[in-house]
Amino acid sequence: MLNKTTKRYGEFGGQFAPEILMNALQNLETAIESLVNSSDFQQELSFLLQHYAGRPTALTEVKNFSRAIKGPRIFLKREDLLHTGAHKINNAIGQCLLAKKMGKSRVIAETGAGQHGLATATACAYLGLTAEIYMGTVDIKRQRPNVEKMQLLGAKVHAVDTGAKTLKDAVNEALRDWSANYNTTHYCLGSALGPYPFPQLVAKFQAIIGQEVKQQLLTLTQQLPQAVIACVGGGSNAIGIFQAFLDDPVQLIGIEAGGHGNQLGEHAARFLSGSPGVLHGCYTYLLQTEAGQIASTASISAGLDYPAVGPQHAYLHKNQRAYYTAVSDTEALTAFKLLSRTEGIIPALESSHALAYCMTIAHQFHPNDCLLINLSGRGDKDLPELLAKGLLS
Amino acid sequence: MMDRIAQVFKQGSAYLGYLTAGHQGLETSLRAACALIAGGVNMLEIGVPFSDPTADGPVIQLAMQDALQRGTTLQHCLTLATELRQLYPHLPLILFSYYNPILKALPKTFLSHAKQAGFDATLIVDLPIEEALPLITLNKQAGLATIFVVTPDTTNTRFAIINQYAQGFIYYACRRGTTGVKNDLPEDFQTRISELKLTSRLPVVAGFGIASQIVAQQVLTYAEGFVVGSKFVTAIEQKLTAAELTNLARSLLPNY
Repeated sequence: MLNKTTKRYGEFGGQFAPEILMNALQNLETAIESLVNSSDFQQELSFLLQHYAGRPTALTEVKNFSRAIKGPRIFLKREDLLHTGAHKINNAIGQCLLAKKMGKSRVIAETGAGQHGLATATACAYLGLTAEIYMGTVDIKRQRPNVEKMQLLGAKVHAVDTGAKTLKDAVNEALRDWSANYNTTHYCLGSALGPYPFPQLVAKFQAIIGQEVKQQLLTLTQQLPQAVIACVGGGSNAIGIFQAFLDDPVQLIGIEAGGHGNQLGEHAARFLSGSPGVLHGCYTYLLQTEAGQIASTASISAGLDYPAVGPQHAYLHKNQRAYYTAVSDTEALTAFKLLSRTEGIIPALESSHALAYCMTIAHQFHPNDCLLINLSGRGDKDLPELLAKGLLS
Repeated sequence: MMDRIAQVFKQGSAYLGYLTAGHQGLETSLRAACALIAGGVNMLEIGVPFSDPTADGPVIQLAMQDALQRGTTLQHCLTLATELRQLYPHLPLILFSYYNPILKALPKTFLSHAKQAGFDATLIVDLPIEEALPLITLNKQAGLATIFVVTPDTTNTRFAIINQYAQGFIYYACRRGTTGVKNDLPEDFQTRISELKLTSRLPVVAGFGIASQIVAQQVLTYAEGFVVGSKFVTAIEQKLTAAELTNLARSLLPNY
């Protein structure tokens, strides 16, 4: 699906970067070929994922939740159980290990919900690298626990107060930093987007989710799921789980943030009203104005609050191999509460979007069918803000 | 047809001034451009405001944000070029932009309008040579030159390719990072620019952080021109009068 010559998935992706970053990007391509693909690297990564991050993660059948929504068999891939609380650590450990082997002493990252920043700060603390994290001031406020954790781990958190003060603006600042410092610094991009080779690199490190869960599910149920459902911000957890099922007769469903309305600026559903364009180094679906300015986005979930989507998702959408739709803030919150009450699992607001969509389609399936949801993260980080807003009563 | 860019180099060095269209209002942009030209600027780079200018430092970011808040569009950039072209028939006008606004406007149509408005060339900052071939073709059809940026870290292999396609001049962004005012030239300036000039088919113009007469003078020892951007944008932000802008431009002019 990836064409390494054009650096694209179909027409999407590419390397729309200023000249100053081209050398850095091409060095990264070389490092992926020579280091990441080596068996030594893969062994070391696999050891860290097992003994440090907590892989393999569990596959949990949620019978109470299913009963509550009159659904079929529903399985959750428990990425929320990983160290630092989300799938982001899979990629952060991989990229930070790569950074170290490339001889970089400093790692920068952008973060929205704080999960990727936290995972990067964690991997850097463990591997002896300096971490600096860019985060919008709006996100700093709504994801306070993660900011405090990053600081405790020794990372410097840069507050980004430009634009909408969320994930997009944090990426802008990280790119500017990287342009000035790439000789010593690796940019640990947190989602499967940005200029090539980032979409491919992040997808590679997240592929473990799909590989693991496919085996787990086949062992448990002797069948493939009818559908795999994952939330899509940039789309790294979704591409991580989708990859394993691309050639199987399985529906792949990506859930975007429907926010609080259908107008531009009220949601982050790129496939709902977006159109192709170029942002942050790649050609993909964007939320943009008629004049080609990047639109502001809104979502209760900081991790989905981003105007562009990973290029591989754009390709899967265009080819109709995957189906993308959105659920609202309110629906996500309902799912958040329901899973907490029925199963004793507090999901991240991001992952709650996938659960919420499952609630809307559950009745369409036969009781013996299986639905697989990627529970990409846990919701601890969301509690202070939700409580403060009185949204949990 | 006369090639305005080549004409400038034939007559001497290029003094390229940058401003963001619509910063402090379109009328200010026009007046500022005229003032800078009166002060010695002999090529003008007109920046299209973009919401996410990742190659620019804080000064130009704020200018673009201001221009967007005032509702500046691509069409306004063309209007500005039309007005300047009427006033200055021989002065090269370069359209500086991020790719997305142009992509959204449909490049083929937009580029021919840009040519009609009086632009001579484009510099699309997030369109490296690997992604630029379609634009080069459209630019050629429209009669516009495609200018490329080269940096201290552009390898010889890359430069060989860029050198093959670039038109007008080579824009040497002489340091890493983003745009902004600096006090001196980087240490490797002389070495790198001498290397470039050994093989370059085109004149080399240096930019990124040039903001004083001494530095401009040093640049011209090696290069065929220099760019002043953030320094002028700061002056426009500070609402300098036309006379003051002219004096500022003149104060940077070497051998004045």
